[in-house]
Amino acid sequence: MHRFANPGRFLRLSGRFLPWSVGLTVLPLGFGLYLGLFVAPADYQQGESVRIMYVHVPSAWLALFIYTNIAIASAIALIWRHPLADVAAKVSSPIGAGFTFLALATGSLWGKPMWGAWWVWDARLTSVLVLFFLYLGHMALLNAFDDPGRGRKAAAVLALVGFVNVPIIKFSVDWWNTLHQPASVLRMEGPSIHAEMLWPLLLMALGFTFYYVTLLLVRMKSELLAARARALRLTALEAGRPEAVAP
Amino acid sequence: MEQIESFFTMGGYGAYVWPAYGLTAAVMIAFLVTTLRSLRSRRKSLDTLQAKAGPRRRRSKGATDKESSS
Repeated sequence: MHRFANPGRFLRLSGRFLPWSVGLTVLPLGFGLYLGLFVAPADYQQGESVRIMYVHVPSAWLALFIYTNIAIASAIALIWRHPLADVAAKVSSPIGAGFTFLALATGSLWGKPMWGAWWVWDARLTSVLVLFFLYLGHMALLNAFDDPGRGRKAAAVLALVGFVNVPIIKFSVDWWNTLHQPASVLRMEGPSIHAEMLWPLLLMALGFTFYYVTLLLVRMKSELLAARARALRLTALEAGRPEAVAP
Repeated sequence: MEQIESFFTMGGYGAYVWPAYGLTAAVMIAFLVTTLRSLRSRRKSLDTLQAKAGPRRRRSKGATDKESSS
C-alpha cells in the first residue's frame, strides 16, 4: 500500500496511465452517444424520452461510485494515514456532487413528461438528494478548520458514516413503493433491458467512469504540485528568505 | 430533412431530452476546463518558486529527471 504513497512514483504511474484513461473516456462516449441517439429504438411506452436514460443512469451510477471511492479512500486515510488517499477523497467530492446534481436534474427532466411532476418525495429521489447534501457536507468540512488535518479527518468520518446511504439508494426501489422504476441492469436475474438499449448504456457508463478517472488523476497531480509549492514557501520562510515566496 | 427534424423534436420530447444532454455536457466540460486551468496555474507558480529557490535546488531537480528518464 505504502509503495504508492510516494508522490513521485504516483505521478510517474498516473502519467503513464493518463493517455489510456483519456482514450477509454473519448471512444466509449463517442460510440455510446451515436448508438444512444441514432441506433437505439424508442421505448414502446416512453417513446423518445427514454434517451434521457443514457445520461441519467451513468450520472447516477457515477454519483454512487465516486461516493464509494471517497469512503474507501477515507478509510485508508484514517487507518493507514496514507497521504494520497486524503488527496483522492478531497479532489473527488466536487465531481461526485456534480454527477449527483446531474442525476437529479436529468431525472427531473425525465420525470416531468413521464410522471407529470418535476419532483416527488419518493424513497429513491429523497435518498439521492441526501447523497447530494453528504457531498456538500464533505466539501464544507474539508475547509471548515484552520488546521487542514482536522478538516480532512472530520470529512473522512462523515464520508464513512454517510456510506450507509449508498445501499439505501441502491435498494430503495425494492424496499419501498417508489414511483422510480426498479433496477433493470444490475439485478440478480440479469439485465431485463433490451440489448439495443443496454449497449449504449454500458458504453456511456464506461466513458463516464473513465472521465472521472481522468479528472481524478489530473486533479491529484494538481494538488500534489500545490503541496510542493507550499513546502517550498515554508522552507524559504524558515531560511529567512521571504523574498523567495513573494508572488 | 424530415428525419433531421424528427431527430430534433425527439417525438415531442425534445424540450426534455436536449436540456438533459446539454446540462450533462455543460457540467462535464466545466469540470474539465477548471481542472486543466488550475493545473496550469499551479505548475506555473511552482516553477517560479523553484527558479527563485536557487540553482542548488534546480540542479537536484535536473538530476531526478535524468533518473526517471533512464
